[in-house]
Parts: sequence; structure tokens; C-alpha cells
Amino acid sequence: MANMSKKKNEMPSQSPEIRRNNYDEVALGYTEEIAIDEATRCLNCVNMSCVSGCPVNIAIPHFIKKITENDFEGAYKIIADSSSLPAVCGRVCPQESQCEAKCVRGIKGDPVGIGRLERFVADRHNADIVEEIKQPVSNGHKVAVIGSGPSGLACAGDLAKMGYDVTVFEALHTAGGVLVYGIPEFRLPKSIVQKEIDNLKALGVKIETNMVIGKILSVDELFDDGFEAVFIGTGAGLPRFMGIPGENLCGVYSANEFLTRINLMKAYKDSSATPIMHAKNVAVVGGGNVAMDAARSALRLGAENVYIVYRRGESELPARAEEVEHAKEEGIIFRLLSNPVEILSDGNGNVSGIRCVKMGLGEPDESGRRKPVEIVGSEFNINVESVIMSIGTSPNPLIKSTTEGLDFSSRGGIITDENGLTSREGVFAGGDAVTGAATVILAMGAGKKAAAAIDKYIQSK
Amino acid sequence: MYRIVKKEVLGPAVVRMEIDAPLIAKKAEPGQFIILRVDSDGERIPLTIADYDRIRGTVTIIFQKVGATTDKLAELNEGDFLADFVGPLGRATETDDLKKVAVVGGGVGCAIAYPVAKKLHSLGCEVHSIIGFRNRDLVILEKEFAEVSNKLLKMSDDGSWGEKGLVTNALRQLIESGEVYDEVIAIGPLVMMKFVSALTKEFGIKTVVSMNPVMIDGTGMCGGCRLTVGGKTKFACVDGPEFDGHLVDFDEAMKRGAMYRDFERHAREENCNLLRAEVK
Repeated sequence: MANMSKKKNEMPSQSPEIRRNNYDEVALGYTEEIAIDEATRCLNCVNMSCVSGCPVNIAIPHFIKKITENDFEGAYKIIADSSSLPAVCGRVCPQESQCEAKCVRGIKGDPVGIGRLERFVADRHNADIVEEIKQPVSNGHKVAVIGSGPSGLACAGDLAKMGYDVTVFEALHTAGGVLVYGIPEFRLPKSIVQKEIDNLKALGVKIETNMVIGKILSVDELFDDGFEAVFIGTGAGLPRFMGIPGENLCGVYSANEFLTRINLMKAYKDSSATPIMHAKNVAVVGGGNVAMDAARSALRLGAENVYIVYRRGESELPARAEEVEHAKEEGIIFRLLSNPVEILSDGNGNVSGIRCVKMGLGEPDESGRRKPVEIVGSEFNINVESVIMSIGTSPNPLIKSTTEGLDFSSRGGIITDENGLTSREGVFAGGDAVTGAATVILAMGAGKKAAAAIDKYIQSK
Repeated sequence: MYRIVKKEVLGPAVVRMEIDAPLIAKKAEPGQFIILRVDSDGERIPLTIADYDRIRGTVTIIFQKVGATTDKLAELNEGDFLADFVGPLGRATETDDLKKVAVVGGGVGCAIAYPVAKKLHSLGCEVHSIIGFRNRDLVILEKEFAEVSNKLLKMSDDGSWGEKGLVTNALRQLIESGEVYDEVIAIGPLVMMKFVSALTKEFGIKTVVSMNPVMIDGTGMCGGCRLTVGGKTKFACVDGPEFDGHLVDFDEAMKRGAMYRDFERHAREENCNLLRAEVK
């Protein structure tokens, strides 16, 4: 008999008062007992609508069933059939708009905590199982993967398992892409990412850091070096700014810069050689996950007042519900339906405030969300010393400007077919470099798809 | 890991290092830069490429000890390794169609101006170099500039070397004496580039300056290096580092450059204290 409780089991977490002063992970994960209890809430529906909500179609009810049977490793194997990064996706997927949005239990009450169960299974596997990774027999074919974010890691992993000789080229000094420079430790511990990378290395994948492809080597030179196919997973790393006055004042950061200083360069540690501004009052512009990460990071650096300034309303916030909830619990102040018009200067080149205008919501726009409209004469100021712009990113143009024969969309994304093949033979792409800023799981799924397509391409040559 | 092949102390606070980085050496062009980390806890700092040797597979950097990281870098010796060395980043100096150019270098900026002068010279361009230093102890690359310049003017603030005065005085003299330049390339402290640009604007001579702002990744990802050029925001790492000197907002760049001054001073003091403790 299924557990008919309408409420999802709460996620054990660090209390807001404590966690706002540390960088340790906020959510602590289900215990075995809670996980089994939550798993029994699954009705094992025949049509498995949750699966259709999952971008990589994990057989969700099947893995949940294994949890109820105490077979956690069995559950892991089912997830791993479809996902390369379960411990990561269990933490960062927007489940409420994917699998959990389709869960029948969500009609009356909370949906099954699918994401939390995925995380439990992955963590349990990582803690219990010492995998003996055997390097597969080489098939003698070389593939280059550009970028070591979610799409690159997934693509490299699948290809290596098929016996390909894979080299991953990473521009920064540490592999992991946005998982390392973007998502903070308190949401995704870096040890989890490192484990994924270590597993790849154990499979025989070579990771070359400090390699900015497009500069040190071009895609053409990779082919000259004997790579038979190239996967481009260079992400969407180029920060957008609003184009309002004052954006180049000291104290204005892109979220990318702010988070990179903190996450990749460890500026949150006193011992770090990388400086960061410790402002008392901070405004973060934007309403996505990155904005929540930046706001909560600013708080942990010692800010007293951190504002989220977002031009739409609460229900339009693109961030995961859990991140918004966590941010609120930690004391982040939400200034919704507000849009910055100017960043104010102290007269000496530093930020002294942000001037905003109130917004009303009009008719739905092409994204289906109600379009924000300025309310004339409603300007107001917030006094802050730092502003973090978190209004999205675009694909990095380095590959575009140095690779002949690739087609790009008007927004700078690489154009591919449904399997990741670009307009150029042997060149595949996936993740944010194709779609523009999206999610870890979509990028991971694209990397897996491209790996299959690359295998087919090389085998048919 | 990237080996230091050769180290040479050029002056009291200026060091030249040749780094083993064959792939970068193969592609490097004047005007481009690298980013390095001294060790695995270090910050990423950008340095413009001072020279490269495609055959030996080395890239030369020249740096001034100005903070904790450059102090630490200067402590390393031949045979030691750098944790990270990334490049070549940024766009190369545009040297096409230039027949006669004035290259103006100030202080350690001469290290960056030199490869530009050298390349122009090798392309058959007439090069007039004006190099300036605060005093004779800080002079670098005098011989190198002499080899690649049709005319070399030497300036020092205190008159202890060459002529007493600023590089702008020398440039004004050349222009007023009737020299006609296709372009002026000015590389040095922001304030020097600002005044060179103001001077050449007066005479309507196209001027290129090399910006070296605060930076992390060097690939366009952080936007920390942004500048206002002609009223538009540009990223020095991917759009530059060279820009039209008549369009750069130097005052803003100077303020942005000073953003972490207190942190840097503190970090440097701590670093010095650590070194001192080790000596004891």
C-alpha cells in the first residue's frame, strides 16, 4: 500500500541562521529511512508521466521501486542508464518544472520528491560503492571534446566507455565548467564534481586544462592532429549587461565574475589570493538560479542587506523553487516588479545605489510569461555599494570567430540537428553553446546524444 | 606545469622570464597576452607577451614586481615551474599597411611595446621609438629598441638618462618637426596613454593603446576587464587588449584599476611578512 501522505518528506537542511555564515552544503540529503518513506509515495503509475517530464527520460518509477526494496545500488544502476551525473542533477535540476510537474501525486498534494530521491541514491552509491573502473579496450579512434562542463563530461564519458580515445580541452585551470566556476559549494559541493572527473580519468579520458580552443589550437588543427570528430561544449559563458548608465562603476560585477571569484578562485576563503568586494549592501539583478547563487554568496561574504531586483513577479521567477525558498529563509530581500534604470555613483567611481522603476504586468509575451511594463513616475533608489548583474549569458564567440563552416543562430548558438551534428562534417555540439543558457541536465543529455551520434559517424566512415 | 627556461633581472623590480610553452609560442603575436598562476592557490594574472621563439618553443614575459603575485613570481628561478600558463589571448596588433609608426613605451610598458616595434621593423615599416622611464635605474630594453628603431628617443623624468621630460614632449617635438606617422602606438601607464592620446588627437593621428585591466579568465567570461570605448562597453580580453586611444575612457579605467588596491596592498604586506619569516 502506497504512503498516501500529501506532503513530501522535508529535506533535512542546515538552519538558515547557521548556514548563512558558512559555505557548507545547505541541503543535507534524505536518510535511508526518509528515502524509503518518500519512495513509498510513488504510485508506480503505468503510463509513467514523470518520465516524459525528464529531459533524459530516466525510468523514474523503476528506480524508486528499487528504493522501496532497499536495493539502492539497483536504483543507481537504473538512473545511470540514462544520466551521467546523478549526484549533480539530483541537486541542481529544476524538478518542479520537469519530472515532478508531471507526477500524479502532485494533483492533490505534493509530488513525489523525485529529485531528492535521485540525490539520495547517487550519494549512497558514492559513499558505499568503490567502483573498480576498468579502462575499456581501445577502438583506436580519437575524439576531441571542447569544454569540460556537463555536456562535455557526459559526451566524453559515453565515448570512453565505447572505447574511444577521448581528450577534453578546458580553457580554465580546473575541469568542470559551470559546475565548478558557477554553482556555489553550498549548493553543489566541488568534491562531487571532482569525483565525476576522476571517474572519467579512470576510464582513460585525458583532460587538458589551460587550453583555449580557438586560440592555442583551432578546430581544424584538432582534425590535423588526428582527431576524427570534435564535440563543442563550450557553454554560454558571455555575461550580458543591461546597457544602463553606471554599469562600469567599481562595485558592479557580472554574476559570472562574482561567482568565479568565489567558487573557482575561492575568494570566500581568507587564504585566497583573489580579491573580492565585501559590500554591506548588495543588489543582484535577475531572478534565475544564478541570481539566487550570487545573492546567497554575497550574504555569506558578510553583506547585511542583499536585494534581488527582478522585473517580473514572484511566480515568474525562473529560479528553482527550492533556491527561492532557501534565499528567503536566509533573509534575502526580494524587490520584485522592479527594473533598474541606472546605477548611481558616489562621485568617485564607486557604486552608491541603484535606481529602479516599478513594473506592472501586461499581456503574455512570446515566452508565455506576462510582459513587464514600466509604471511611469515610480522610480525609487536602493542604497547599495555593489550590484551584481545576473540577467543571463550568451554563447562564447571564440569558436565562432575561429572556425570556418559552422552555422550559428542569430543569438550566437551553434546550429545542430537533433543528434548534435553541426553544419560541418565530424563536428558536433551540445549544451548551452547550442541552446543558450539552459540547465545542467539538458546539456548532459545533449552530450550523451552527441556521443551516440559521434560513434555512429566514426563507425560508418 | 610550465618550466621557466631562463630568468634575467632587468632592473630593481623588473624581471624577464622565458617560459617553455611550445603551443603558445607557435601562435603568439605581438599585442596578445597570457594568463598565469604561480601556484595552485594563486590568482590568475594577465601579462602581455614580450617576445616568443617559435623554434625554441618559448614565450617571454617581462613583469614588474607590483603586488603579492608578481613578488612570488619573481622569487622563482630557472628550472622552476608555473602552475598555469594560458594563451595566446586577445587580438594581435594590427600591423598591415603601416609605413611609418611612432612607438611610445613607458616604464615596464616598454616590454609590451618592444615586440610591436620589432614586428613593424621586420615588415619594413619605419619605426620611431620613444621610450621613457622615471630614472636610469629603471631602464629596460634600450639595446633591443635601438636594434629595431630608425629613430630612438630616450626620456627620463629626472634627466638621469636620455633627455629630461615626458614621452609626450618628445612625441610633440617629432610631430612638430614635420614627421608624419600613419599611427602612434602607445603602451605604458594609463596616465601616459591618456596624455599621448590627447596629444595625437590634437594632430589627428590614429593612436592605438594597450589596456591591461583587472581580469580573471581572459576568454570573455567574467567581464571584469570591461572598458568604455567610444561610449560602448568592450571587454579588453576578447575585443582588445588594444583599442583606439582617442575613444578609451581612461579616467574610468584608472578608477576600475584601483578597485582592489587596498586588498592588494594588504596581500603584499602579508606575503612579505611570510617571506621574512621564512628567512628567519
